[in-house]
Amino acid sequence: MNLNIYLGLLHQGEATLAESFRQVSEGHGSEPDIHFLCQTLAKQCDKHGEVLLPIVERYGKDASEHEPERLHAQGLSETRSGPVGLLRDLQDLYLLASLVDVTWTVVNQAGSALRDAELLAVVEQCHKETEVQLSWLQTRMKQAAPQALLVAD
Amino acid sequence: MVDRITDIWGARTPFEREAEWPSRVDYALQEGLTERDVDHWVQSACVLCSNGCGCDIAVKDGVMVGIRGRAEDRINKGRLGPKGLFASWQGVSNKDRITQPLIREGGRLVATDWDTAMKRIVERSKQLLKEKGPLSHGFYTSGQLFLEEYYALGVIGKAGIGTPHMDGNTRLCTATAASALKETFGADGQPGAYEDIDNCDAIFLYGHNMPETQTVLWARILDRLSGPTPPKLVCVDPRNTEAARFADVHLAVRPGTNLALVHALIREVLQNGWEDPAYIQDHTLGYDELKSTVEEWTPEAAAEVCGVSAHDIRTAARIFGTSDRVLSTVLQGFYQSSQATASSCQVNNLHLLRGMLGRPGAGLLQMNGQPTAQNNRECGADGDLPGFRNWHNPRHVEELASLWNVDPAIIPHWAPPTHAMQIFRYAEQGSINFLWVSATNPAVSLPELPRIREILAKPELFLVVQDLYLTETASMADVVLPAAAWGEKTGTFTNASRVVHISDKAVDPPGDARSDLDIFLDYSNRMGFTTLDGTPLLTWEGPEDAFEAWKDCSRGRPCDYTGLSYSRLRGGSGIPWPCNEENPDGTTRLYTDGVFPSDPDYCENYGHDLLTGAEVEPESYRAKMPKGRAWLKTTKYHPPHEEPDDDYPLRYTTGRTAYHFHTRTKTGRSRTLNAAAPRMWVELSVEDASALGITEGDIVRVSSRRGLIEAPARVSGVRPGTVFAPFHYGYWDSTMASGLSDSPKDSQKTAANELTITEWDPVSKQPLFKNAAVKVEKIRDGDGPAPAPNTTASRQAGASRQAGQQQ
Repeated sequence: MNLNIYLGLLHQGEATLAESFRQVSEGHGSEPDIHFLCQTLAKQCDKHGEVLLPIVERYGKDASEHEPERLHAQGLSETRSGPVGLLRDLQDLYLLASLVDVTWTVVNQAGSALRDAELLAVVEQCHKETEVQLSWLQTRMKQAAPQALLVAD
Repeated sequence: MVDRITDIWGARTPFEREAEWPSRVDYALQEGLTERDVDHWVQSACVLCSNGCGCDIAVKDGVMVGIRGRAEDRINKGRLGPKGLFASWQGVSNKDRITQPLIREGGRLVATDWDTAMKRIVERSKQLLKEKGPLSHGFYTSGQLFLEEYYALGVIGKAGIGTPHMDGNTRLCTATAASALKETFGADGQPGAYEDIDNCDAIFLYGHNMPETQTVLWARILDRLSGPTPPKLVCVDPRNTEAARFADVHLAVRPGTNLALVHALIREVLQNGWEDPAYIQDHTLGYDELKSTVEEWTPEAAAEVCGVSAHDIRTAARIFGTSDRVLSTVLQGFYQSSQATASSCQVNNLHLLRGMLGRPGAGLLQMNGQPTAQNNRECGADGDLPGFRNWHNPRHVEELASLWNVDPAIIPHWAPPTHAMQIFRYAEQGSINFLWVSATNPAVSLPELPRIREILAKPELFLVVQDLYLTETASMADVVLPAAAWGEKTGTFTNASRVVHISDKAVDPPGDARSDLDIFLDYSNRMGFTTLDGTPLLTWEGPEDAFEAWKDCSRGRPCDYTGLSYSRLRGGSGIPWPCNEENPDGTTRLYTDGVFPSDPDYCENYGHDLLTGAEVEPESYRAKMPKGRAWLKTTKYHPPHEEPDDDYPLRYTTGRTAYHFHTRTKTGRSRTLNAAAPRMWVELSVEDASALGITEGDIVRVSSRRGLIEAPARVSGVRPGTVFAPFHYGYWDSTMASGLSDSPKDSQKTAANELTITEWDPVSKQPLFKNAAVKVEKIRDGDGPAPAPNTTASRQAGASRQAGQQQ
């Protein structure tokens, strides 16, 4: 069974995303909506990690320790500056959140086939919040793009 | 006549439920004149608050000399409040008026003629459009222009220039009203009417200090309260307002916790089975999610977060749940606080759950803060598409393009309009280089003033300011345009009860001042904006042409004006929209049949996630098949982002007094009103004052992470842990030695927004003026009581109700 690998991937993915939201919140403090919302969304990711943890532990760590590492995505190491930098950082967040989003989908499939009600309840609770994170990033990028790409210095 | 400074609401004319509100005609005339001396009276409506009272202007020898309420008007039945009585004509007939255009030469503003000033604007505008394109232009207007002026600017911005960077100071006052109505019902438009006061059994005021912000509407409530069948009254406000003194339940919540409170009210309604299951089934969507979101909010849980008693929450919920007809009004206490749209939507939800809409007395008013805010929203000067059209709906964009005979591609529809705070951010970053400010004073009214002053002073920003007076903002402009005031031009406007009034020109403007409409039309002509046929974009010659054009634009939309005309609006009462062939006399209440404007082809927007502001995409909206049902939208409660801590242990909230409007450009020039509330003060609770060793009148410094102010302390009935500051007191009349365009010294700082945070609601983008963390320290002893009125919420703690004496 490889579900444990994917649960580990998801758990790590939420932690990476949380950290990256915090990084963008700090790095773009002059954009108040981004500053505050990224903090809120980071906390949402923390919460996802918390409710997922008992399931991760129930399925146990993967025996082949290397495999999950190879699957993980890197978080944002630093933020960029200026309007174009902001846009690009939001795109990076979008990629990370997309990975988490589709991982929830994949885990949900396995959970359904397993009939693991506890796992499905966690997916139900968290996945829709990830979807909203994605649509917020999409909304914010759409707003920022024309100004950043056409008239910003 | 009674002294309307000490007796703000005037004499009682009690009435019972379902009776007609008796008329009472209030008037004020220049000293020494009687009604017989007046040459003629000119019809208008008051612009000194959002209420929209019908009035007539007295004219003698070509000047305005008085004002009188119109007995036949449905809004006020002859009444006027202190601001209307003492700052209407007195607020504009003043030696300080700007009478000539000014341009900046060698760092100083110097007088010039219109041609020179307009040429300078047009030259810069054309150059920037050529070099950087339309996104270099921003427009920031007001809630105090007329419908015709907003529509002109809306067309110029969308069909002439093609910029999404257009907003009004309505973003600060009424954006959440619009957002909450759009999210819940699918389009803007107040469901209820002021007449619901006459018919209701209970009134809920959510963050609405009505006795001070809409004194005449409060008089209507006082007349019900003193009649034989008084309604129950519940108010949510951290201050001991006049409404709180009359309330059956006063919920003095901690600033920033509104959503937790309304969650608990909804939970109580559902727990007790006070909802209307058939109405919910037939007319709403989203019940299950709403129910599960409020589940954790027991009265005890909310009591803990909000700092009120669980018993009071239960009592309030029982009044809401068991009264036959409830009227709710919502204003800045919700709109300018944390989770504004979510909290305001919950009030809509309460009404939907009980089917409490569309019947006399069963009403909902998401209030406006300014007299013409509604028109800014309707006409698109706040960036929205005119006629409550949906920028996400290609057919709506096509409709406008065909109406204006322009290429649909020029109309900004690729993203939501840019809200005020973002416009200023773009100006800060240097991507907006042309900013035109009309009839508003951001140098005092926006949050975090030190930052705003820096932005307005940027040399690369070309700032045009159009106003009556040389405001704090105008003094920083590159070009200042003198505008005609109320009474000096003709136009229409619409209040929070959807009632349209005409305001006719009574006298000529002073000097070379021109109406805002004339200025916008002149700009459009000089810029050479054209239609697809090459003809001028705007060919209107005056306000009535603009009104007729607007009627076409509003046709078939929720705000349908096609049944109105200048001649119909003259004489008699104002008329509520929609007014068209089906409703020739207008429409008192919307949604009498429980059918809402949520159809995907008709709605004004597809909604947002209330936590983040993420847009709902058209496909997913359509897939939910609203079919005229309303959305029970909600989200989880989150604590405010800035909460008190060791360094800044108190909560800061800002607001208003009955005697002033906004930054006092008019009311501060009324000797009577100015005497009633002459200078800045800050309010502390008895407990906090005592802990800090502060007594009434002591000079204190209030500081936040953004800045500081210094003012005398009023020890008032504000809730413990909370500091209140009125936001009216900027610098135009202070004794600052330096020019207005310089930053004030610390000891001179009085503007409440020196301290506020730059943050906004994720959906409505309304800034948070009512939640920040501050500390207070005493600087020195005072020399008497603080200069705060004792007739209102700022009353000194322990003073009796009837004290009523001014400092």
